[in-house]
Amino acid sequence: MKPILEIQHISKKFLINHEQQPYLSLRDSLSKVFKVKNTTEDFWALNDVSFIVEQGDTIGIIGKNGAGKSTLLKILSKITPPTSGKIIGRGRIASLLEVGTGFHPELSGRENVLMNGSILGMRKAEILKNFDNIVDFAGVSKFIDTPLKHYSSGMQLRLAFAVAAFLENEILIIDEVLAVGDADFQKKCMGKMEDVSRSGRTILFVSHNLGAVTQLCKKGVYLQGGKIEKIGNASDVLNSYLNSEDNEIGNRYIAKNEKKSELFFQEIETLNENNISASSFGFDENIVIKITINGSKFVERDTKISITLLDKFQARVFTSVKVFSVFLNNNSFSVISIKIPKSIIAPNSYSFRYAIFNDSGKVYDLIENITKIKIIDTGTEMTKYEGVDYGSVILNCNWQSV
Amino acid sequence: MSTYFEIKPKGKFSFGLGELWEYRELFYFFTWRDVKVKYKQTVLGFLWAILQPLFMTVVFTLFLGESISQKTQLTIPYPVFALSGMLLWGIFSGGMSNAANSMVSNANIIKKIYFPRLIIPISAILVSLIDFFIASIVFLVVLFFYKVNINYMSILFLPLSVIITCLSAMGIGTTLAAMNIKYRDVKYVIPFLVQGLLFLTPVLYPENISTYPVIKFILKLNPLAGALELMRGIFNGYEISFDTVLISLASSMILFVVGIIYFRKTESYFADLA
Repeated sequence: MKPILEIQHISKKFLINHEQQPYLSLRDSLSKVFKVKNTTEDFWALNDVSFIVEQGDTIGIIGKNGAGKSTLLKILSKITPPTSGKIIGRGRIASLLEVGTGFHPELSGRENVLMNGSILGMRKAEILKNFDNIVDFAGVSKFIDTPLKHYSSGMQLRLAFAVAAFLENEILIIDEVLAVGDADFQKKCMGKMEDVSRSGRTILFVSHNLGAVTQLCKKGVYLQGGKIEKIGNASDVLNSYLNSEDNEIGNRYIAKNEKKSELFFQEIETLNENNISASSFGFDENIVIKITINGSKFVERDTKISITLLDKFQARVFTSVKVFSVFLNNNSFSVISIKIPKSIIAPNSYSFRYAIFNDSGKVYDLIENITKIKIIDTGTEMTKYEGVDYGSVILNCNWQSV
Repeated sequence: MSTYFEIKPKGKFSFGLGELWEYRELFYFFTWRDVKVKYKQTVLGFLWAILQPLFMTVVFTLFLGESISQKTQLTIPYPVFALSGMLLWGIFSGGMSNAANSMVSNANIIKKIYFPRLIIPISAILVSLIDFFIASIVFLVVLFFYKVNINYMSILFLPLSVIITCLSAMGIGTTLAAMNIKYRDVKYVIPFLVQGLLFLTPVLYPENISTYPVIKFILKLNPLAGALELMRGIFNGYEISFDTVLISLASSMILFVVGIIYFRKTESYFADLA
């Protein structure tokens, strides 16, 4: 069987000049006629992207902002044409770059379902067939004949997603639409999406919520600078995405030259399990911190080192303390590695506080809010509560009925 | 598989009729939405479709009715003459300006979903056509009130009159809609274009108001002139000038084809510019 989508050498060029001016006025355009120099600059949002999508694939497209994810989706949805290249498709395609496209506040819920459904490409008969299910799924049956402007924003979103959820197209293109609604509704949406993918339909999914990507997608495409950096099974692609973010948010600390106390942190760096410098860690990855301390010969017996994890508001999450003398060698430098066990620190951004001190209260060195790291959700049980403050630690407690 | 499709850089020109047919339900939905929304939260509702042409007719009857009637030896009561013109003008002016603004006002949809873009301006014209049919009811009442004699055979020409009007509204509307996406100047041109054209078109005065051949010729070129001729042919004793009708038919078709071609040629980049 032929693949359902063949993306062949797709490129898309924008003129940067046009990007900066959302629209031109006729006068600008006329005055340009007399200008000799053309100030526009080419920007390739996508550059020779090719891949194949088999029927039933669920593909997560990941990459940083500006990597070309949205442009790719827009080309696939026929909203904007590629500059070169070709896409061959073998199925009805539906794109959800936004939920509730074409919703009008003055129309009732019922009317909006019809309007939105038909804009998404459903036949009227199809919409009417699913109408009760849509309304049930959204949970707005009481207000279905009320103008949309009287709906709460949550109700509007639910109704919008519900329409999309009942699309029967073979290929679905979804852009971040899951990032809506409360935790409960998000869970419902994820469930629905999983149903859809199990039913053998093809999904292309763009999200910044990497947890959702791993939960939903079997394959991944990692875009960087308009090119495919890696393509393959979802977890491999995700890992190479995580590793590529190295050194970006300052996961490395080096003491400044003027700092010449008798005992101080020379260098601190966060590493992943493979001893490669990293600042982003999957929830299920160990974090290794490598510390180099200068001035080891001055170390007294009761000198201690501590590391403290700080959350993004710099509140302390936990502290670990160790007596220094166990690491001593004959050099003036000691290199220590600390392993923070995986699957405990909740997905979020953190930094560390490091201290060298002794019991009598003398502080040799103290550095705060450095080696910033990010824990990324790779499909924890708490994924569905993203955005809810459930704390900085995820613990598997033992629940029993008594 | 029947659902095979290809996405390529802009290729050969086509009118995309097959695709329009495939998405035919959207014509209905866009028109239906705009009609519904248009008179939501108004007290008078659909009465507005009638009040606008009626008001213009009253004003012109009061201030200019007598002098125009005398100067041009009008054989029918001026209010009937003016209202018949205003009804047809309503299709053109409403349709054209709604169509011209339609792409920008639906930019949020254009940027998120694909469907043949022509559906939007065409639906805008269908909306003003519906207003026309509503207002026509009042026109019948006015005809009855003034006891105007109707030439029933000429009623057969009315659909052609409406078609000429729609074609010209679509032609200019789609051109302006496509330009509006790129040059927002169009937004400011529209009201003043509508106002200017009203006076350049024999809507509120008969074609023979001027005796200068040049002005007569310009009035004939106006695609609406023929449409108005056909409209007024329904009054007994009104002589339809068929050469005006033919010229109008030709010029409306030219406007229509040029508009559609320009629109189709530029539409693929609407989402990038909107």
